[in-house]
Amino acid sequence: MVLLSRKATCNSHGQDSSYFLGWEEYEKNPYDVIKNPQGIIQMGLAENQLCFDLLESWLAQNTDVACFKRDGQSIFRELALFQDYHGLSSFKNALADFMSENRGNRVSFDSNNLVLTAGATSANETLMFCLADPGDAFLLPTPYYPGFDRDLKWRTGVEIVPIQCSSTNGFCITKLALEEAYEQAKKLNLNVKGILITNPSNPLGTTTTQTELNILFDFITKNKNIHLVSDEIYSGTTFNSSEFVSVMEILKNNQLENTDVLNRVHVVYSLSKDLGLPGFRVGAIYSNDKDVISAATKMSSFGLVSSQTQYLLSSLLSDKKFTKNYLPENQKRLKNRQRKLVLGLEAIGIKCLKSNAGLFCWVDMRPLLSSKTFEAEMDLWKKIVYEVKLNISPGSSCHCEEPGWFRVCFANMSEETLKLALKRLKKFVDDGNSKRSCQKSESQKLKGSRKKTMSNVSNWVFRLSLHDREAEER
Amino acid sequence: MKQLSTKVTSNAHGQDSSYFLGWEEYEKNPYNEIKNPNGIIQMGLAENQLCFDLIETWLAKNPDAAGLKKDGQSIFKELALFQDYHGLPEFKKALAEFMEEIRGNRVTFDPSKIVLAAGSTSANETLMFCLAEPGDAFLLPTPYYPGFDRDLKWRTGAEIVPIHCSSSNGFQITESALQQAYQQAQKLDLKVKGVLVTNPSNPLGTMLTRRELNLLVDFISSKNIHLISDEIYSGTVFGFEQFVSVMDVLKDKNLENSEVSKRVHVVYSLSKDLGLPGFRVGAIYSNDEMVVSAATKMSSFGLVSSQTQYLLSALLSDKKFTSTYLNENQKRLKIRQKQLVSGLEAAGVTCLKSNAGLFCWVDMRHLLDTNTFEAELELWKKIVYEVKLNISPGSSCHCTEPGWFRVCFANMSEDTLDLAMKRLKEYVESTDSRRVISKSSHERIKSLRKRTVSNWVFRVSWTDRVPDER
Repeated sequence: MVLLSRKATCNSHGQDSSYFLGWEEYEKNPYDVIKNPQGIIQMGLAENQLCFDLLESWLAQNTDVACFKRDGQSIFRELALFQDYHGLSSFKNALADFMSENRGNRVSFDSNNLVLTAGATSANETLMFCLADPGDAFLLPTPYYPGFDRDLKWRTGVEIVPIQCSSTNGFCITKLALEEAYEQAKKLNLNVKGILITNPSNPLGTTTTQTELNILFDFITKNKNIHLVSDEIYSGTTFNSSEFVSVMEILKNNQLENTDVLNRVHVVYSLSKDLGLPGFRVGAIYSNDKDVISAATKMSSFGLVSSQTQYLLSSLLSDKKFTKNYLPENQKRLKNRQRKLVLGLEAIGIKCLKSNAGLFCWVDMRPLLSSKTFEAEMDLWKKIVYEVKLNISPGSSCHCEEPGWFRVCFANMSEETLKLALKRLKKFVDDGNSKRSCQKSESQKLKGSRKKTMSNVSNWVFRLSLHDREAEER
Repeated sequence: MKQLSTKVTSNAHGQDSSYFLGWEEYEKNPYNEIKNPNGIIQMGLAENQLCFDLIETWLAKNPDAAGLKKDGQSIFKELALFQDYHGLPEFKKALAEFMEEIRGNRVTFDPSKIVLAAGSTSANETLMFCLAEPGDAFLLPTPYYPGFDRDLKWRTGAEIVPIHCSSSNGFQITESALQQAYQQAQKLDLKVKGVLVTNPSNPLGTMLTRRELNLLVDFISSKNIHLISDEIYSGTVFGFEQFVSVMDVLKDKNLENSEVSKRVHVVYSLSKDLGLPGFRVGAIYSNDEMVVSAATKMSSFGLVSSQTQYLLSALLSDKKFTSTYLNENQKRLKIRQKQLVSGLEAAGVTCLKSNAGLFCWVDMRHLLDTNTFEAELELWKKIVYEVKLNISPGSSCHCTEPGWFRVCFANMSEDTLDLAMKRLKEYVESTDSRRVISKSSHERIKSLRKRTVSNWVFRVSWTDRVPDER
């Protein structure tokens, strides 16, 4: 009998794999404008596909860089051998500058405080290993990115305790919710090591407000053993730069730079969303704590960034002409695309949370629920996948407290495809409105097909804990 | 008071940082043929620098691969978005075939059983997470790669129990050593989950014999535990005998689809054979579906850059390139190893007879003042500070006998290697005639060590460069 670790085996049990069905359906029947116009449109992938032309034209003008040349000379050997976990200094410098630029140069980043990792997935896990022991807890505002359940907890043994946020105030973090989460952790006998936020938020698409930041900083100022991790992976997707307030700015503006708070605030970044390069695996941890930097640097051995990629991106990001043009253009295109989604939904009578960042909207489909339950949310989701043929993310997968919210991505498809998606949704909603009485028989039919697929689910529940593509879905 | 995890804080204590001094000395005073001809020659880095010209030529002839193009068309967007933890299919296929080619096509590797990782550092750690609980143990033959202490134990909580190997039989694994290690683990109340071997061995530079491999397979079979074979050096075999992989042994014993085969896992990487440690390309190969499934999900924490996967899929798919490369690589490594061995012989120094790897396991026991590890460290410091060669002392590899050193030969030019041998010869000859006078320089080095070590012991647990040193 094969003996594997609990980490390898426990994952195969007890998790709901309905989400897997959505992905599976999409994979079986993916929309293609020419080859499969009736297929399922992917709106569950938070990818930024709007600015590849800018990257491609830069590459075309700088062909030497991809071919391992610097000033006409080959540096292939240098790069092939370069595995220093301190990272390519030209790349870290360029990345630090880029991060400053993303914040309107209101703060600066010291490249000596930067640790490179294979994506933010690796950065977040590494930070957990550095800040928490097995059984410790981090508090996270809900709704949050589903991947955190794996990234922060799986191999680290760390627990997540939710800070419940609600639609009554636009899902903002309140002092009460924070304190309740802290108490809840205590009740569960968990030692709270920190708070982790995503700013701008996934899945909300909103920037963390000054009020929320004040609440968070008050809390960690009072509780001197608690860290604050701010995953700012979407920082460059804020439609208006001035609306994004980084935790780094709070440190500066509140003159916390000479206090112990400085060492307990850490930022995570990545080029997967702002630059649309998830395949290149470029993430970073930024911390003012020398011990964290030292340990995280050593841990980065387990997920270094390919030197080939570091070199390419150091050239790209060192080109200030490029970055100065890219950042506002990216913001412009994202803002326009988001508007199309928002207006399109409005025309159907569907509202979203007012958002100012991200690659998605947090859509309020509560009026379409047959009952105010997560079961009804699941039913609605399945209809949207199977009938409307749109793969969107149900709020329950993001640990949202209220049923009926869905994350809908807008930057991973063409304008035409988005238009088509909205058209399909409109038809569904309009049909729904006029056919509520006829729906009873439909609902029976769906129940039956769900029962069929439920038996498929049981085959899968043992085998697959998380649907295969969740790794991609941020 | 800040609170960091015990993984961070415990590491800052109790480790010997003398090795750090060797690295630090090198960094302060690195040899350069023109700019610093009296500097320290780096012989502690197991890098393969002998065949870059072959790869560079290929790159020049195939600009699309690095240029993110396929048949002249840009595939930048595709690659930029490709983050599927199942890996680029054409890359896994090419990698599987490359691994087969290295083993003379005697065994097959199924691409669907390959899990890509950011280097074998990541692959080994991931396998530990999949196979062991915190507190479980893996048995490793000594001497072994120093990085394993971090890679296998640090974040996983797994333990290493050594299988003591000795020079009396060329450091081969014996049945009694294996049993002793197993019993030692039990005495320590540790549950043994498996055995991990590096084949060809680092630091020995030797291939595991068929006898040892059979012994290992029988052992894990009877104890119902795992066997991990880190075959990162499989393409560096240059002896007359061919490389025997654990996969060969499973096939020869007709165990290929057996239950035992599910507990045998291979780790690979392109860092040594192709000399590409910077590109972070490693792999786990397992016949156990659950291991493949769990390891695949865990690979999210260390995926290989799609840009790199694409380049290497093109390179390794070119069979003309791979067959030329493998032959030429072996040839050049063999010549270079011979150069080191003869150079050492001229200095009256022998090594373990080796037929693989990027280093030799050198016997300097006769140069020790006493048969102790302290004497080994003294000798090592002399070699770093006086002879100006940075080599790796056996104690850093957990060798049970003092006096052995790992000396690399493939990370420098022929001329530099010649110079290194010359310096060593001079040192040995002068030592023979100056044993009396050396006492004072001995004192000097002792006091130097006392001063600098105390500043560093608290701050630095592990040498800054150990990740590079495999």
